[in-house]
Amino acid sequence: MNLSRKWLNEFVDLPLSEVPDRAFAEAMTVSGSKVEVTEDLSETCRNVVVGRVAAMEKHPDSDHMWVCSVDVGREEPLQIVTGAQNVSVGDLVPTALDGALLPNGMEIRTTELRGVRSEGMLCSLKELGLTVHDYPDAIENGIFIITEHCAPGDDVAALIGRDDHVVEFEITPNRPDCLCMIGLAREAAVTFDRPLKLHTPAVEAKAGGDIRELTKIVIDEPSLCRRYTARMVRNVKIAPSPAWMRERIRNAGMRPINNLVDITNYVMLEYGQPMHAFDFSCVTGGEIHVRCARPGETIRTLDGTERALSESMLCICDTEKPVGVAGVMGGENSEIVGDTAMVLFESANFDGVSIRRTATALGMRTDASSRYEKGLDPENTFRAVQRACELVEMLGAGEVVEGIIDVYPAGRKETVLNLEPGKINALLGTDIDADTMRVILRKLGFAVEGEQVTVPSWRADVEHWSDLAEEVARFYGYNEIPTRFTGGISTCGGLSPEQAAEKRVGEVCRSLGMDEIITYSFISPSWYDRIRLPADSPLRNSLRILNPLGEDTSIMRTTVLPSMLEILTRNYNYRNKEAYLYEIGRTYLPRPDGLADEPKTVSLGAYGEKMDFFVLKGWGEALLAALGIENARFTADDKNPSYHPTRCAKIFAVPSDNARRERSPDRSADTLAVPPAGAHEVPIGTLGQIHPLVMRNYGIDAPFYCAQLSLDALLALRGSTPVFRPLPRFPAVTRDIAVLCDAAVPAGDMQDCIRAAGGETLKDVRVFDVYTGTGIAPGKKSIAFSLTMRSDDQTLTDEHAEATVRRILAALEQNFSAQIR
Amino acid sequence: MREMMLNLQAAARKAILESEDLEALEALRVRYLGKKGELTGILRQMGKLTAEERPRMGQLANQLRAELEEAIEQRRRDLNDRMLELQLQREAVDVTLPGLPRKLGHKHPMYNSLDQIKDIFIALGFSIVDGPEVELSDYNFTKLNIDEGHPSREWTDTFYFDPDSRVCLRTQTSPMQVHAMETRPLPIRMIAPGRVYRKDEVDATHSPMFHQIEGMVIDKGVTMSDLKATLNLVVERLYGAGTVTRFRPHHFPFTEPSCEMDIQCHKCGGKGCPTCKGEGWIEILGAGMVHPKVLAGCGIDPDVYSGWAFGMGLERLAMGEYKITDLRLIFENDVRFLEQF
Repeated sequence: MNLSRKWLNEFVDLPLSEVPDRAFAEAMTVSGSKVEVTEDLSETCRNVVVGRVAAMEKHPDSDHMWVCSVDVGREEPLQIVTGAQNVSVGDLVPTALDGALLPNGMEIRTTELRGVRSEGMLCSLKELGLTVHDYPDAIENGIFIITEHCAPGDDVAALIGRDDHVVEFEITPNRPDCLCMIGLAREAAVTFDRPLKLHTPAVEAKAGGDIRELTKIVIDEPSLCRRYTARMVRNVKIAPSPAWMRERIRNAGMRPINNLVDITNYVMLEYGQPMHAFDFSCVTGGEIHVRCARPGETIRTLDGTERALSESMLCICDTEKPVGVAGVMGGENSEIVGDTAMVLFESANFDGVSIRRTATALGMRTDASSRYEKGLDPENTFRAVQRACELVEMLGAGEVVEGIIDVYPAGRKETVLNLEPGKINALLGTDIDADTMRVILRKLGFAVEGEQVTVPSWRADVEHWSDLAEEVARFYGYNEIPTRFTGGISTCGGLSPEQAAEKRVGEVCRSLGMDEIITYSFISPSWYDRIRLPADSPLRNSLRILNPLGEDTSIMRTTVLPSMLEILTRNYNYRNKEAYLYEIGRTYLPRPDGLADEPKTVSLGAYGEKMDFFVLKGWGEALLAALGIENARFTADDKNPSYHPTRCAKIFAVPSDNARRERSPDRSADTLAVPPAGAHEVPIGTLGQIHPLVMRNYGIDAPFYCAQLSLDALLALRGSTPVFRPLPRFPAVTRDIAVLCDAAVPAGDMQDCIRAAGGETLKDVRVFDVYTGTGIAPGKKSIAFSLTMRSDDQTLTDEHAEATVRRILAALEQNFSAQIR
Repeated sequence: MREMMLNLQAAARKAILESEDLEALEALRVRYLGKKGELTGILRQMGKLTAEERPRMGQLANQLRAELEEAIEQRRRDLNDRMLELQLQREAVDVTLPGLPRKLGHKHPMYNSLDQIKDIFIALGFSIVDGPEVELSDYNFTKLNIDEGHPSREWTDTFYFDPDSRVCLRTQTSPMQVHAMETRPLPIRMIAPGRVYRKDEVDATHSPMFHQIEGMVIDKGVTMSDLKATLNLVVERLYGAGTVTRFRPHHFPFTEPSCEMDIQCHKCGGKGCPTCKGEGWIEILGAGMVHPKVLAGCGIDPDVYSGWAFGMGLERLAMGEYKITDLRLIFENDVRFLEQF
């Protein structure tokens, strides 16, 4: 909503000299009418004055240019060269002086045109930011010949109404009453505590007759049209509206058309009530029916577009056809044209939601529909139609017919609230006395009788005592409300244990060198093909958005893998040498109730020179260790279609005795799945190299390494607070053994075997070498383990250590036919 | 004999001082002080002395031995020091060469900002609450006093999963207010950060998925005064002590009164500049007193309890903090971007 400061003064005395834009904007903003920007229109039209062409002669060196001598009210006339052909001696023309700034951004300097000095420029309409709509007598292509009463030297900015300041407001959707001059004037009057000067329109209706004998208005859809008020004008004389009206319309951001159309727009800007004028001769049957469109009906709207109407769209119709889309745009078939003689003014109230949906469906949001869609005051239709007719008489645009048709089926509904100062103060934390509250409310137009507050009709947003609290607070001043902690019981803030563990996961990932990424929760269904998810995979059962932005963001992911691969691919394609990434992201698994389980996955992904399976596995192990998960098991997984079949591991762990069970009592909302009791192994996730066929789908010729670990499983399996274990008091004995066995025997199985055979004394076993090749028979491998043995109560003897090693070697031989090398 | 000893003393002293390494020094010790050394050799001739001279010479010999031992020891220390010095010189490194690169990972800049906010609110006694993103329209809209027919409920604005518009992607974190009120014991002090979704095409300032932080307090005797005090405190922590704020009326269906909070533009100090679009103020969050109707709808008696709530956009906060100029960078996850923070 653009507000003209000049126009505002008609309703509230707020001269610019007293309240400059800055102060006006600040005060209005903090009382609830947010100012976006203010603009001094004269700033962009500087040093342009009225000039009188005193003499003209042909340019000596051009066949079309003229050298004019222009009187600009100074002692000496200026010499100005122009190429325009519509200027004659004696014309008054807008003259841009040396140093002038024009609304189109052009700066004018004294210059030479083909050797002749030109001390300024004669301006066209366009160069002044105007069109023929603003000055219907002027011509489009040529110098603007001024017909207004003025003298050489007069400021053109003032002459064309640019001596104004425009304030642009951002009005919240609950305040459609502020989408007009009177509404904003009311807010300004209360904000600056000045009287609001309102005018009651008076219509003489000298034409006599009676509208009721000329037409009939029927509302078929009273729920969509709460009120329809109409008056008629005959002997209409279509002409340009006067300059003052054109200026106000233009400064409010609209375009002047002709007197009748301008009047409807002027009333909308002034009262906030959209109006429409029909050429009554085009209303077949002389009746107006407010009804929904019938199947197959169409209308060509004023913008010249043929539009198909649907049955939910409210229309203004004659006895045969729609003549307008209610609240959106009129029909071309009843448009006001040059020879229109009889006009019907419509001032109606329509249902906001219906208008919005119609406007959206037709793709035409208009000044009218954008007001209607917020829900307008039905009490306003009467005042507005009166004002329109008053203006018709004032402008001599026609003769108003006696009588008003006013169809208002349900009549006025009043909202009456109780003023409860105690409650209001308790909500605000203030100590405002009841009388101050009453004064504020009365100024805003509320009727206050004791404790009873009647809400003005234009304030449909006020329906609860807390709304009154806001009205009081707005004008008491939000910034006057004291800033202090007033109430309440202390609460202990903090992360829940699960949130703290999740934070720890992020810290570990970063300490391992991974950068955190954030990816979209929605993906394309084709991404499941890219990761080779089988057609019957349950993960393909995704929640599908019915109105997605596009295919790429149309389903909710059930796996974070494609999101990670997308980002790795992007980085690879950006020629980043390496990328180590992690995300703790949700997946969305459909539930029977239509909602989703949204478990989080720790997703790791990397590529680069230093990456291989074991770097990735090391990351996985570090994460498990950081969470105190001690008994995790990695098993080869050749069934996962997204991963390299011989370079992929599944991870499991058994909940250990000290796995966390405790929950802080007040965090019931942060529930997590706890694994079932007992020694069942819980799957944690998968890690490995991405399958080369998947890599081909992403068009990448390099290995990617990814891991997906269930955060819920990690959190459920994580160890409790560590309990101190005494440091060993006796020295350890280390023995290295190397055995020869089938290459296919998993090292993990051999380690398990060694641990079992080693017993209590064996404190640690590590693989330190795996060798195949020269000296080793094909199909065999040499694998070397480092064994750490220690007794807790004495120094371990060599004999004891040897015995343990022998036991281990025997077990390896028995289980894997492994021979010592 | 005395003369012999004095000669030995002079020769030994000189030799010790001139010895250049530990082996040579040890050889000198053996030569002069060893069992078959020169001093012992001289002492063997004690038998030729008178009984009177013997103790005097004995004393002199002992003095000489002690003195030479001390000289050797001193020389040993000096030689050790010198060897250490040489070793240190040999071990010299060019300290201007780069260190061994250790790649540290980086938190996503947006989560840096989020963690700052979490820390501030935790210190103020708030818990962090998490909730569903696939949400019932009932929670996203209806229970927040956003009626059927509200424009934000249109399919042009909100993503839906069913033709009846029953299940949607939450368009705001505000449904977490409802979840918290329905499930958590009173009093409540919580923030709920998370992803939200709106049907906006991707550009430099829009994304169909973005993040908000919701916050809410429900307790007896909570007022707009508390709201202002708490949010002022938070803003001072975020933007520095002395940050000037202002509250101005706004509209949210689920708070009444509602407000937006601005901070004075740090760039121009409120005079107006391109950063604040000439306004002198930068909007940072929306807030308000929880609408009594919303409280009642969640089973909390508005005559006993009151509350306040706020919501803020995380992307804009992070972009402001790190001067990030394009929202798309946030979700592009280019490591050259991520590693700047």
